[in-house]
Amino acid sequence: MTTIPQGAEAVRDRTPTGTSSDDARPSLPPPLVWADDRLGVAKGMGLFKKVFPDHWSFLLGEIAMYSMIICLITGTFLTFWFVPSMGHVIYDGSYVPLKGVGMSEAYASTLDISFDIKGGLLIRQLHHWAALLFIVGIALHVARVFFTGAFRKPRELNWVIGTVLSLLAIIEGFAGYSLPDDLLSGTGIRAMNGFMSSAPVIGTYMTFFVFGGEFPGEAIIPRLYIAHVLLLPALLVGLFAVHIFLVFWHKHTQYPGPGRTNTNVVGFPLMPVYTAKAGGFFFIVFGITALISATVTINAVWAYGPYDPSQVTAGSQPDFYMWFSDGALRLLPGWLEFELWGFTWSFNIFLGSLLLLPLVWIILGVYPFIEKWVTGDNREHHLLDRPRNAPVRTAIGAAAISIYLVLAIATINDILAIKLHLSINDITVALRIAFFLLPVIVFMVTKRLCLSLQRADRDLVLHGTETGRIQRTPEGRFYEVHEDLDAHDRWHLVQHEAQHPLSLTAGPDTDEYGVAKPRGMAFKVRRALSEFYFRDRVDPVTPSELAAAHHHGEAEALPGGHAEAIEEARAEETLSLRSDDRH
Amino acid sequence: MSKLAAYRRSPIALIVLLFLGLAFTGTAYAALQPTAPSDTYAASGAAADDVEEGRKLFLANCASCHGTNAEGKTGVNTAGPSLVGVGSAAVDFQVGTGRMPMAAPGVQAADKPTVFTDKQIDQLGAFVDSLGPGPSVPDAQYTDLVNADIANGGKIFRTNCAMCHNSSAQGGALTRGKYAPSLMNVEPKHIYEAMLTGPQSMPVFNDATLQPQEKEDVIAFIKNIEEGGNEYGGHSLGSLGPAGDALFIWTIGIGLLIAAAVWLGRKAA
Repeated sequence: MTTIPQGAEAVRDRTPTGTSSDDARPSLPPPLVWADDRLGVAKGMGLFKKVFPDHWSFLLGEIAMYSMIICLITGTFLTFWFVPSMGHVIYDGSYVPLKGVGMSEAYASTLDISFDIKGGLLIRQLHHWAALLFIVGIALHVARVFFTGAFRKPRELNWVIGTVLSLLAIIEGFAGYSLPDDLLSGTGIRAMNGFMSSAPVIGTYMTFFVFGGEFPGEAIIPRLYIAHVLLLPALLVGLFAVHIFLVFWHKHTQYPGPGRTNTNVVGFPLMPVYTAKAGGFFFIVFGITALISATVTINAVWAYGPYDPSQVTAGSQPDFYMWFSDGALRLLPGWLEFELWGFTWSFNIFLGSLLLLPLVWIILGVYPFIEKWVTGDNREHHLLDRPRNAPVRTAIGAAAISIYLVLAIATINDILAIKLHLSINDITVALRIAFFLLPVIVFMVTKRLCLSLQRADRDLVLHGTETGRIQRTPEGRFYEVHEDLDAHDRWHLVQHEAQHPLSLTAGPDTDEYGVAKPRGMAFKVRRALSEFYFRDRVDPVTPSELAAAHHHGEAEALPGGHAEAIEEARAEETLSLRSDDRH
Repeated sequence: MSKLAAYRRSPIALIVLLFLGLAFTGTAYAALQPTAPSDTYAASGAAADDVEEGRKLFLANCASCHGTNAEGKTGVNTAGPSLVGVGSAAVDFQVGTGRMPMAAPGVQAADKPTVFTDKQIDQLGAFVDSLGPGPSVPDAQYTDLVNADIANGGKIFRTNCAMCHNSSAQGGALTRGKYAPSLMNVEPKHIYEAMLTGPQSMPVFNDATLQPQEKEDVIAFIKNIEEGGNEYGGHSLGSLGPAGDALFIWTIGIGLLIAAAVWLGRKAA
């Protein structure tokens, strides 16, 4: 007979009278138990134990992620009032300078959101500022991943997904700022129309397809709207989910340091530390974006007036992420447009838009595969590179950024001309030259800087830090005492691997009989690129080098002949001491 | 009849006819010639003294480039157009905004504080006006901005002015160092005169292109911007469009966030 506890005994003894499996269950919160019984969610609890390494640069991607979330939230608010229509209305809202002016419903509703919907302007500005931050965040995140080599195996696919995400983000941005149908954004759509028209043969067909007829037509705003609020966000969020899942799946990379290896992750578990930090960071991002949105105007659509194909405003330029393409158009010379076989070939537009736009993302997307092919490095990498330890990669990245910046700055050539009192023609010519010259200079300078930093690291490891303490030898010579780095500090400087060009690893060109091995063009290209990549490498300090340095003592620290001089002095000193003993 | 027919053959007939024809044409021209724009100075009784004073000022300050008779000069550093027929409106604009006399030869005369008094500018205007008829200083009724239509001014501005001066009248670049200046803090009278006379690279918007009332609307639109009529939602970042936004977000905006990220990154370590 079972005794059912009564009164105080019931409180004391809470052991449930159930099956043995229930007895074994640890004390989990009841809602979790309830959910686990039905969905098996406890299996996913392992997720919360995932460890994330800590570094501020890992938060750059989070800036992008949170900005995207802010855009989703504020964008939903905006859809409640925005009318995606090019239907014609006469404005009768509270913004006086446009009262009685004919415009599209899209523009009128944007004005209403700005002036007549409570909180509308703040939300609009939040949406736009967050969109800019989204892309700034992506750009910096891409830079971080690139310069630290985080794209290497096994993360190449996630790099490609990230590349596609960044492309989608700027298309999403373009579609978004085109919606208000103000004079500036309409000019942007006109430019897009021109981009498409520049496609040889199919250009005009393409524009008629997209615009539903002649520009501007009445279809483009509704079409951009559905792309902006449904199609692109769905792709963005979907791909982003895969992107972040792969971060969990591969585990996060970490910066090198003592105790950090290619097979572990040193950091804090997701629950509770990282969740608190990351969650807190969301509120920081939201807070700062809100602060900016409340104090700084963005895209004052009311100042531009409604779009009219016959009008344009001086200083027109797109949002910054489209600058490189617009800038390319401003730099491309006009003679690239010519007539041949009765057709007009607008290569002055085509090269800067339809060719350049995909090209940038293709180069970005394939870089990990090219680097892997060149270096022949087929191992997994979970430890990040310090940028200086991959000088050529760092230099390539810096050169690419410089070329991108030249194009981007060309977009504001008119703003620069008027603000700096320069001639727009001179600026354009200077930027054309810079387009070809600057990447080369930046590449060389960056590579040299990296190599110098590596050499400085080597010096530091081998010779320690200068203590500022001067010692005098008995016969009167002076030298500065160098102090060895402690093992913890030294680790950062010596942990990376030595690089090996293909010429060292691929073996001799001839086989054991002295007959030249059959080697194709691809191999030769690859070896040449490998030389380019590794030619001037600085190898990390090896343990034997370190031991040798220690053996010789700190006098070794002094460069070149000086060190030898002191070495000699010491030898003499020893000799003289010995002779003193003898006497 | 026959007598007239006889005279018709006379050798003097040709001369008489020519004389009559010339006399008729001259009289008809005098009677029907297009009336010159109302001459303010003549109407306000601009004294010959003013013209004379203006001529002296002109000789002292302008003649080195424009020539002693304002006929214009061509030279490397002293090239100036003829001022015959530019009217007192042009003088009032160029001298009143400090563009003339130029500080140094250049692609474009920049505005600067004027060195002349209003009276001297009027005297210079009277002198230039005396050289040949031209547009004169506008009537105050078109520059007082009473009953001006800002919205209409905006439409006209976006159609005719924004492509150079920017839709917020902040100015814009032209080729080879020339520029359309910002229209902020320009006197209504000077904006009107600029439209009327088309200084430097600017086209002329005479009364046939833009009626005086329309000019006043445009000025009202510009003044509305100047008085902060467009300043909603916070700091305007110079009304330069996305360039200002980009500068802000890449410096202060992302700077704040990175500072927060660094702070947060250090917290745990």
